[in-house]
Amino acid sequence: MTTAELVDMVTVVIDGFEISVPKGTLVIRAAEKLGIQIPRFCDHPLLDPVGACRQCLVDIEINGRAFPKPQASCTIPVEPGMIVKTQLTSPVAEKAQRGVMEFLLINHPLDCPVCDKGGECPLQNQAMSTGQGESRFEGVKRTFEKPINISSQVLLDRERCILCARCTRFSDQIASDPFITLNERGALQQVGIYEKQPFESYFSGNTVQICPVGALTGASYRFRARPFDLVSSPSACEHCASGCSLRTDVRRGKTLRRLAGEDASVNEEWNCDKGRWAFKYITSAERLTHPLVRDSAGDLQEASWPEALAAAVAGLGGKQTAVLVGGRVTVEDAYGYSKFARVALKTNDIDFRNRATSDEEREFLAAVVIKSTPSYLDIDRADSVLLVGFEPEEESPIVFLRIHKQVRKRALKVTAIASKLSIGNEKLKSNFVCVAPGAEPAAIKVQELTSKSIILVGERASESAGSLSAVVSLAKESGAKIAWIPRRAGERGALSAGAIGNLLPGARPVNDTEARVDLAAAWGVDSLPSQSGLSSDEIVNAANEGQIEALIVGGVDPLDSANSQQMLNALKKAFVISLEISHSDVTQLADVVFPVAAVVEKSGSFMNWEGRSRSFDLAVESFQRSDLRILSMLADALNAPINLPTVKSAAKEFDSLGMWDGAGAEFTSAPPSGPISLGNNEAILTSWRRLLDEGSLQAGEENLAGTARKTVVVISPTRAQAIGVVDGDQVSVSNAHGSVVLPVLVESIHDDAVWLPRNSRGSHLLATLGVASGSVVTVVKE
Amino acid sequence: MSDQIEPTRRDLGLEPIQISSVESVPVSKNGASSFGKQLLGFWVTFKAMFKKVNTVQYPEVKEPTAPRFHGRHQLNRHPDGLEKCIGCELCAWACPADAIYVEGASNTEENRMSPGERYGKVYQINYLRCIFCGLCIEACPTRALTMTNEYELADNSRSSLIYEKADLLAPLRDGMLMPPHPMYPDMNDTNYYKGDVLGFHPSQEVQT
Repeated sequence: MTTAELVDMVTVVIDGFEISVPKGTLVIRAAEKLGIQIPRFCDHPLLDPVGACRQCLVDIEINGRAFPKPQASCTIPVEPGMIVKTQLTSPVAEKAQRGVMEFLLINHPLDCPVCDKGGECPLQNQAMSTGQGESRFEGVKRTFEKPINISSQVLLDRERCILCARCTRFSDQIASDPFITLNERGALQQVGIYEKQPFESYFSGNTVQICPVGALTGASYRFRARPFDLVSSPSACEHCASGCSLRTDVRRGKTLRRLAGEDASVNEEWNCDKGRWAFKYITSAERLTHPLVRDSAGDLQEASWPEALAAAVAGLGGKQTAVLVGGRVTVEDAYGYSKFARVALKTNDIDFRNRATSDEEREFLAAVVIKSTPSYLDIDRADSVLLVGFEPEEESPIVFLRIHKQVRKRALKVTAIASKLSIGNEKLKSNFVCVAPGAEPAAIKVQELTSKSIILVGERASESAGSLSAVVSLAKESGAKIAWIPRRAGERGALSAGAIGNLLPGARPVNDTEARVDLAAAWGVDSLPSQSGLSSDEIVNAANEGQIEALIVGGVDPLDSANSQQMLNALKKAFVISLEISHSDVTQLADVVFPVAAVVEKSGSFMNWEGRSRSFDLAVESFQRSDLRILSMLADALNAPINLPTVKSAAKEFDSLGMWDGAGAEFTSAPPSGPISLGNNEAILTSWRRLLDEGSLQAGEENLAGTARKTVVVISPTRAQAIGVVDGDQVSVSNAHGSVVLPVLVESIHDDAVWLPRNSRGSHLLATLGVASGSVVTVVKE
Repeated sequence: MSDQIEPTRRDLGLEPIQISSVESVPVSKNGASSFGKQLLGFWVTFKAMFKKVNTVQYPEVKEPTAPRFHGRHQLNRHPDGLEKCIGCELCAWACPADAIYVEGASNTEENRMSPGERYGKVYQINYLRCIFCGLCIEACPTRALTMTNEYELADNSRSSLIYEKADLLAPLRDGMLMPPHPMYPDMNDTNYYKGDVLGFHPSQEVQT
């Protein structure tokens, strides 16, 4: 909202105090502004008013005419001449609230000692502040079976429910997953799920958080702690580039739960289930605790830090070395990798992208993304949203919520260019432009956008040659904004920190002499390598061919790489230093392994897709060191110090560098690939990662995995007819590398395409097929 | 019960003191000035020699404490052996010395330690911190935690003074079965709290 916009103000009197608020403000909000708290349960500022609990009754009179009875202040907007008397000044309102509380408690079991909400329960608190203390009810309380699983991670205790409808309204209005509803009437009214459809929403955790009683509780936090046991610290989510602020609750050095933090400009008050419940990887038995060094027999042995550093220095010994950073690093760690590569290794062969990539994408990042400043506000204001290679619900859920909010509020036009219509796009009522995999550029070019539009480009856009070029030219013609939304939390920050071959920190192009000199002066080194570095694919190839003899590998899973087999070969061949939190495929092959701190064990910041810094402090004390600290020690051992001993020093130095204000890199368009010809029973593979899948950061989360969507092969009705299958039949998808057999789902997808989840249970495409998208596979009935 | 230990208010028939009527008396600095006065002092000592002795030859001889003496805690059991503790942590919450540590957990059909949904999986009282105030006893909603009269809690290491659940649990009496075992047939947790369960039922015995 711009300041120039005129807002009608309405003046009301609440408890004798006058206040002017914008027209349409609810009485309860106006009272909040005065610091008058009216007790409430169903009211939530981000949900539509419903007036279900009746706890917020107040006395209202307008222009001398009083309402005959107390009114629910959460449903009544302010009017000119309104005089409101809350429980503080009106005995009638006070008595009415007491009465409502007594009614609410009639059927409430008062089993607070066994209830997870006990100690942080709005019902407990407000029963103390506005309740009677004693009940006149002497009958038998209504009972239900306790608790029932409405999904594998959410438990429902219907006895405790006060029917405020917060959960059902959230699911319907915010998440657009109306899988729960209020059934029955009267005393038997209860929250229920559909018989055939469990509560499998990616956002179900929010209902647990906003439940004002203990009716909805999380299975993984069940009976684990009381609020007074917990040390809470504000933190940022490490799972995706949405950049949610979170609250991490720790008991005795162990993370027990994470809640959505409040940040009106980013995640409002929500987060997704992955961000909320996927944190067991930190305490997994696979965590590394000590450095490992490969001995002469070829086995990894635990070693002391000086031994491991010495082994690393000896192994690197003048070899041509490249750095694979991975997409999960904090900005400070990425900056450490970036500086380490340039100063200690004297190379630009560094890349944070560990996935299907292209040179077109690298240029796009260096020329367009690094300079762009999109924001959530642009989505709020956009006249239309174009999605290219991006599934918001699966790949950046808070972006999905934000788009959905506007779709619901003002029917925002959303256009999705994809091969398969996703559930998320159905919820966004997207205009689905169905294209064959690889044919996106042509579809992008014909889109009609305005300067108020925004193009949300996902990391998968790089999998279709020419897509990014088409996006750039579309944006240039229409004036639309481009927002690049990677899937991982660290990629945007790593780009700014220059953990890529063609950019130095702060958007300084490698091939710009001035920029190099500027940075060399800031770093106090004589010169910086001038040759543009290799991309991750090129690094892997060079390592296989022996041109690169050593690799420093951050949090990288070889099975995420577009060519996983080559990546594994490269790791076998080269001298590998791995910085990892847990045992992985990389540490298996590494020569020196350094254990690093997980996100909760260090401070730092992520940069979300907007380029907004999401800083967090250490939440759990541990002996683990951050990537940055280890790189700093290694650089010292190599006699090429990077002088970044702490996260603070790295953040300060990175800030002081600032962004390069000289000429940026130029984007040169890449041509789209030609059409792919298909034989009998052949199809082009397309896929994406689901939000809840077999990702390594979700390891050990049984309850969370229980709500993952079913793994299926999706084909079009035409293809289903051709190969003679119906929904549920087993279908085999194969290529020369291997095959995947899964039940089939016939859905809206391009006739030439076949879709599988990229990394879900039973469908690990990169491990089994060796490819994830764009290549030809055979689809036959099993 | 609690009214018995309230101090009874007795009328001592004293005049209320008027502040204005109090006079300051100069303290005499003269010590025992005469032999007679010293003898008078020794007479008190002499008399005491013939009084009944209060000293107890502890630890050879042990006297029972007052019945409501605050001694070591005990975690009680229901008459069929199930634990009363539900792991609610209200005792830990009430504790002014932060001496109690509790972790709750879910009862399952295979592993039932207490009636209802929840039991105390970890229960520790740190007797280096405990001040025996008894607030935990007042806080306990199931009467699981009470205090015994046992006072011999001295030990020679800090760790051994952190009592675990196994150290605090009441012993199994006649009619009790060692949990985990199922609840009494056709009884729910409310029946247990009301005292409807009086002993174990043969069906509760589980083969291990």
